[in-house]
Amino acid sequence: MIEKGYMRSRYLIDRSSRMLLLVCAFLSLVILAAIAVYTFRAALPAIREVGLWHFLFGEVWRPSDTPGEGRYGILPMIVGSVVVTAGALILAVPLGIGCAILLAEVAPQRVRQFLRPAVELLVGIPSVVYGLVGLVIVVPLVRRIEGPGLSVAAGIIVLAVMILPTIVSISEDSIRAVPKSHREGALALGATHWQTIWRVLLPGARSGIVASVVLAMGRAIGEAMAMIMVLGNAAVIPSSLFSPASTLAGTIAAEAPEASGVQRSALFAMSVVLFLLIIVINGVALIIMRRGSRAQGVC
Amino acid sequence: MPRVSARLTQKLAVVGIWATGATTVLALLVIIGYTMYRGLPHIGWSFLTTAPKGGTSGAGGISTVIVSTLYLVGLTLLILVPLGVGAAVYLAEYAPDNRLTRFIRFGTEVLAGVPSIVFGMFGFAFLVIALHFHFSILSGALTLVCLLLPTLIRTSEEAIKAVPRSYREAALALGATRWQTTWRVTLPAAISGIATGVILCIGRAVGETAALYVTMGGTTALPTSLLSSGRTLALHVFYLATVTNNLDGAFATGVILIIVIVVANSITNWLSQRFRARMAGGT
Repeated sequence: MIEKGYMRSRYLIDRSSRMLLLVCAFLSLVILAAIAVYTFRAALPAIREVGLWHFLFGEVWRPSDTPGEGRYGILPMIVGSVVVTAGALILAVPLGIGCAILLAEVAPQRVRQFLRPAVELLVGIPSVVYGLVGLVIVVPLVRRIEGPGLSVAAGIIVLAVMILPTIVSISEDSIRAVPKSHREGALALGATHWQTIWRVLLPGARSGIVASVVLAMGRAIGEAMAMIMVLGNAAVIPSSLFSPASTLAGTIAAEAPEASGVQRSALFAMSVVLFLLIIVINGVALIIMRRGSRAQGVC
Repeated sequence: MPRVSARLTQKLAVVGIWATGATTVLALLVIIGYTMYRGLPHIGWSFLTTAPKGGTSGAGGISTVIVSTLYLVGLTLLILVPLGVGAAVYLAEYAPDNRLTRFIRFGTEVLAGVPSIVFGMFGFAFLVIALHFHFSILSGALTLVCLLLPTLIRTSEEAIKAVPRSYREAALALGATRWQTTWRVTLPAAISGIATGVILCIGRAVGETAALYVTMGGTTALPTSLLSSGRTLALHVFYLATVTNNLDGAFATGVILIIVIVVANSITNWLSQRFRARMAGGT
């Protein structure tokens, strides 16, 4: 009898644990759906009030509590996000890939042993620390060249340094993952080391490098606090590298705690725009990576 | 001629590559070095054990901030670890290769790419406003759970999958059920790999600002319950640097943050080396 009861409870535990684990696995989907539903629903009143066209392409962002007074155009923030992210990528991608090549191919073991943990440490440093150092060092430097210092240029530099370690560490891994035989084949054919790197290793590591850049882009476009600290938070389309600006993520974070009414709803609509922007970027990257692997399959 | 130019390109390229490396090292030295230089002189026993003055003065230490950070991270882990590891166990051990599983994986991946401020806005709308949790440690912790779930699922799943098949087969052959095998054999074998993922999450929780800025509020008072508002170390850096003018205090808090991250990184490296060695020996 005891034996039978034991077997039964064992069976019950086995079945119920499986159900519980399935529920845990489902949770990500539930959270994702909840985020989508809640953010969209909270965004609707603003879109209805302002109109989708005026919301996306309006050039004036001037929240107001008096009904009918506020202007809610987010074009300045969209431009700010895109310019700052693009600028940071232009700086960080060549630097990051160069550094990854150094770590994977060129540097002697001793340099690598010091550099690799350093890069990993930089990945983990909180973005506020980047913002703080940017505020105290980069902003005064930019001010010395032109303008108020709190500017697009400062934002670009801070973001570039912030995403650099991500690009380096993932690109290095993918360069290392290229089969040794490819590299030896190229060298045996008389290619120089650089020719091997440029024509064989980098194309071979392409999908990993693209993945690292996409991840970095996601980090850059979603960064809020560091951008609040160095961009100057002006909701205008920046006229030059040295004028202040603001980004989508930064404006959402800065204004959300105090916002109410249409302004709050407009901030949720900005979250939706940010979310969609990221999905588009990821989608494009996925297509590039698929193409890359197909091209490799041919040879 | 072409050979000469190839050699020249080679030389130029090597110089260029070293230059990029030097730039990266310079950036690193500036960030860590300058933070240490400005912050270290202000760190002492009294800085760690006195409460911040609050308001716009920015004076005082960081004792209540440390307490808030510990509460927040503790509560987050308490909720996050069972859910994340549970999901990882399902995906690694039970999930059949069907449409549902692929859908779950896809959802987890999309969730991993959502920017933290969007999680923050969700927490703000759902937890702070709709559920009336207000700006509180509870709201912050639940937001962090959503934010970190994909990371923990991915790292734990990899750790569980790295456990050699022979372990499971031996347990099953002895008559253990699937759950007994998982609970008594697979999970204990994967524990240091899972711990690596948990510490990674701790590091991200400690460094997070945007999502907490809109869900936790930012009072400097000692939290008295889960529904108290509070500020973490990273938020404290932000407030000190923007609201007050106490940059030295901000750098000193930044040093504490960097130390936490360094310690977390070292533990992670040590654990994952041990885990890899054990799994390699186990086959």
